Amino acid sequence: MEYRLQTPITKEQLSPLRAGDRVLLSGTVYTARDAAHKRMAELLDEGRPLPFPLPGSVIYYVGPTPEPPGCVIGSAGPTTSGRMDAYSPRLLDLGQSVMIGKGDRSPAVIDAIRRNAAVYLAALGGAGALMSACVQSVRIVCWEDLGCEAVRELQVRDMPLTVAIDSLGNDVYKSGPAAYLKSL
Amino acid sequence: MEKGYETMKTITAQQITDLVAHLCADANRRLPEDIERAMRAATESEPWPLARDTLCDLCTNLGAARERDLPICQDTGLACVFAELGQDVHVEGGFLDAVNEGVRRGYEDGYLRKSVVADPLRRVNTEDNTPAAVTIELVPGDQLKLTVIPKGFGSENMSRLAMLKPADGVEGVKRFVLDAVRAAGANPCPPIVVGVGIGGTFDKVAALAKHALLRPIDQPHPDPYYAALEAELLEEINRLGIGPQGFGGRTTALGLCIETMPTHVAGLPVAVNISCHVTRRASGIL
Repeated sequence: MEYRLQTPITKEQLSPLRAGDRVLLSGTVYTARDAAHKRMAELLDEGRPLPFPLPGSVIYYVGPTPEPPGCVIGSAGPTTSGRMDAYSPRLLDLGQSVMIGKGDRSPAVIDAIRRNAAVYLAALGGAGALMSACVQSVRIVCWEDLGCEAVRELQVRDMPLTVAIDSLGNDVYKSGPAAYLKSL
Repeated sequence: MEKGYETMKTITAQQITDLVAHLCADANRRLPEDIERAMRAATESEPWPLARDTLCDLCTNLGAARERDLPICQDTGLACVFAELGQDVHVEGGFLDAVNEGVRRGYEDGYLRKSVVADPLRRVNTEDNTPAAVTIELVPGDQLKLTVIPKGFGSENMSRLAMLKPADGVEGVKRFVLDAVRAAGANPCPPIVVGVGIGGTFDKVAALAKHALLRPIDQPHPDPYYAALEAELLEEINRLGIGPQGFGGRTTALGLCIETMPTHVAGLPVAVNISCHVTRRASGIL
């Protein structure tokens, strides 16, 4: 199945999605990867507010290349999500709805996805030029000192994604290879 | 006649810097022919529909990078620079400084991402993607060949090394390679390219595995024994079912190259250096 998602995201929009479905996402997406996740965890430890509202949010694990003249963003494909596993359950419990990255997630993250009826979407790893074309505008939200790892607010249109882990915890990284091997 | 210092060929630091800068920008925008050919061939032969669509999207990305003059992937890598330095070459100026200046300029002027931290634990970005990881090999002749491999870390992180026992033999090596690829799963952006090092010492075997990524994947090992092992391992990997992006399918790896060297009677070192479908390399000769 192919679905269109528009932010702000509601749980009702996410519940029909199943692992392996294709999604075209439009709206507001925040970027954060290793260093930004570490800083967000530190803010939460200190009881301070995060740089953007977490409930219903979409976080894309990406560190883009610098934008050449005439482009709003450079190459912008996903980074390996597993490095964010230590932080994601806490953010999901606080209301984050959608994670976008690539690669599999830990059992603790899958539990948190199920508990919160969230979803994990996979972008095409290594397809930075293609993903870049979906980004219409970029605004730096905070932590500019982190360079490519700064938190950015992206406005995206028809970003092509695959449901990697759905709200029931079904995981395409397990079911996809298993289905292919069964077909042989 | 023995060559004296005055008869050696002089290559200036500036020439080295200019070439490295060009290679960094070029490698990140255009795949080597062998890799792109393998991607297109895999798209044709892949039997699983989702895998074929995914490969098709990855090929479209190659075109988008060319059209929009953008890096193929946002992880423009740590610059691994291989120098084959002819022993009749005199380098005027500091060699390493010249290479790093080339990386600095190539990454800045080429709008490439700066992904290097100055210290592995304190982790402050150097802001210019230096220093490069430089390997110098002294060779006969009066040329300097430079190859830049911008190495992404999604795949580098999934690489493995083991000191096997001689009794483990070729079966042990095969098992270790397949286990490494299976454990890597979707993380290194399959379809991957696999560099395997066998032999040497703890440090040399890792260098062999990285060196294996320099060889075009359509060029088998010159020793028929290892060429057959390369073909067998590639076939076994493509039976794992991981598929493009880990969504399932046949095309888990595009190619596999093995490099070997003599080793100790008591050891069988093996290393697996994994690279993604954006396996980049660019070379030039001075």
